[in-house]
Amino acid sequence: MSGAREQVSRLLALVPYIQARSEVSLEQAATDFGVRPEQIAKDLNVLWFCGLPGLGMGDLIDVDMEALEGEGVIRVSNADYLSRPLRLDSSEASALIVALRALREGSDDDVRPIVDRTLRKLEAAAGDGAALAAQVEIRLPEQQSRVDELRERLTGAVTAKRQVKLDYYVPTRDESTARVVDPLRVVSADGNTYLDAYCHLAEDQRLFRLDRISSAQVLDSPVDRHAGLQPRDLAAGIFQPSGEELLVTLRLDRSARWVAEYYPVERSRDERGGGLTVWLRIGDPALLTRLMLRLGASAELLEPAGLAEEVRTVARQALRNYG
Amino acid sequence: MTARKSERLLNLLITLLVSRTYVTKERLRTVVEAYREAGDEAFEKMFERDKEELRSLGVPIEVGFLDRAFEDEPGYRIERSAFELPDIDLTPEEAAVIGLAARVWQHAGLAAATSDALVKLKAAGVSVDRAALSVVQPQLSAEEPAFDPLWHATRTRTPVTFGYRTSSATRAATRHLQPWGVVSSRGRWYVVGHDTDRGAPRVFRLSRVQGDVLLDGPAGSFEVPAGTVLREVTRSLAPPPADRTAEVLARPGTAHGLRRHAQPATGPDPRPAGWDRLSVTYGAGDAFADEVLGYGADVVVLAPDEVRDSVLRRLREVAGAQEAAS
Repeated sequence: MSGAREQVSRLLALVPYIQARSEVSLEQAATDFGVRPEQIAKDLNVLWFCGLPGLGMGDLIDVDMEALEGEGVIRVSNADYLSRPLRLDSSEASALIVALRALREGSDDDVRPIVDRTLRKLEAAAGDGAALAAQVEIRLPEQQSRVDELRERLTGAVTAKRQVKLDYYVPTRDESTARVVDPLRVVSADGNTYLDAYCHLAEDQRLFRLDRISSAQVLDSPVDRHAGLQPRDLAAGIFQPSGEELLVTLRLDRSARWVAEYYPVERSRDERGGGLTVWLRIGDPALLTRLMLRLGASAELLEPAGLAEEVRTVARQALRNYG
Repeated sequence: MTARKSERLLNLLITLLVSRTYVTKERLRTVVEAYREAGDEAFEKMFERDKEELRSLGVPIEVGFLDRAFEDEPGYRIERSAFELPDIDLTPEEAAVIGLAARVWQHAGLAAATSDALVKLKAAGVSVDRAALSVVQPQLSAEEPAFDPLWHATRTRTPVTFGYRTSSATRAATRHLQPWGVVSSRGRWYVVGHDTDRGAPRVFRLSRVQGDVLLDGPAGSFEVPAGTVLREVTRSLAPPPADRTAEVLARPGTAHGLRRHAQPATGPDPRPAGWDRLSVTYGAGDAFADEVLGYGADVVVLAPDEVRDSVLRRLREVAGAQEAAS
């Protein structure tokens, strides 16, 4: 966007903004517009030469420069014809309406009616601009409001540099453990929200998925210093091999190809009939056993052979329970 | 330089906005200083660019004729009702809701669009105090590279084509779609539309789109069928409600994950020796059987048969592999 286009866009909001309030401090205007105060001052200088056609005496927009330079207060007059901002365009209206819908999905019975009223008013004001919003649908996970609440609490702990006591469920080991962590940051990736933290139980950096945290208590104790500990770079995905994982070879039928999308595959080879052979790294043998039992006949564990035997043993034990 | 151009654009806008009639180019050249000073050719170029620049900001510049009898020279004007944001009267709580909504998007482009919308609402006199309401904020992100082009195509009703790989296909196939809308379900984005190859509505997961999304026709070249409700078309994406109940046995001290949606079973023989008897709620039978299988020999399904049979079948398949191997 060229500087002038951006500046005109801002001025078309700034002039009605000031007039709606009769006077505004330069600082407040800068905050509300998300720019530095010097930028607002520059914008106001442009107005100095703008006004009704002809630009004769009395036609120009009047900016009270004395008040601006003296008290840092903005007053604008003689601009009645710019008393309302420009309409919301379709991308602004739809982005805001969709955000409101997401807020609505996550809100409780007290707040939902307020969001509904706001949506109705905004849709009415946006007119045609709101049309796209009908083409967007937001479905939040069932647990979303709990995750949102946790995220706010944990983000607060990151900012305050406080330790947090977590009860965390580890599905691969089917256990819930209490642990104290030093939170580094809260981050979203692959459709989930994670707490990146130093875990005193594991004595290492760990990612905790928020929907698996059963309780989180922010402690009074400050976080420990960890030299050289950096938030994880998740650009390459959540899974980052430590080198200690097990290398596993699986033969997948066509119906089990989805496995290649959910687990970190090192390489794969298409087989005749639509099947796939994959080489993947698995951190915990228990996870592999679970996966193999789920897949039934649609997958075969080729390597390591010892684990394949163990999976069969578990299956036989389970069958005995059914008599 | 920027200031001079901003000044020119704003004076052009004000002239067109306050005029009751269409303003000719000739008239604009006499009232806008920079136009007056420019040579003929330079003026033409400057004026064309300025008009486009204002339009790109969303300023509705109309073209018409001063006098219908003399359709020789067109004039320009900005209709105030199309230019101005209509009155919007929000209570402090409603304004707080808007302020919270403006922080929902974690996607750069849409976050910018919501901030721009918020600035306009503030300009309309809305005062946003987020603290007026205590609400936990959801966040929406859109990391899939295909999101931006598909959002744009949906907005402009432009057909698209892209490579797509379903989980069971060995390679990406080229698909052609009239995108009706985008759907976020459980943290993943989908595009819904009319698949012109299949001649039927289809849902595509954005993370499975391979390579670039290309435009495949002019904007506005299709209509979303009247009465289309995205929630209906994408019903299959939502997990079925957990309204069914299964009876299972679990070894004490195991199956912690399962117990998160289970209750101790009532009725006769609540605790057979060495087991806990549980009532578990679930939605889809297959997904629940998957969950049970994950606990190996620690969980046994008693009912319903549908789940019990599915578990037994797969256990036999896996155990049977041993017979074949030995």
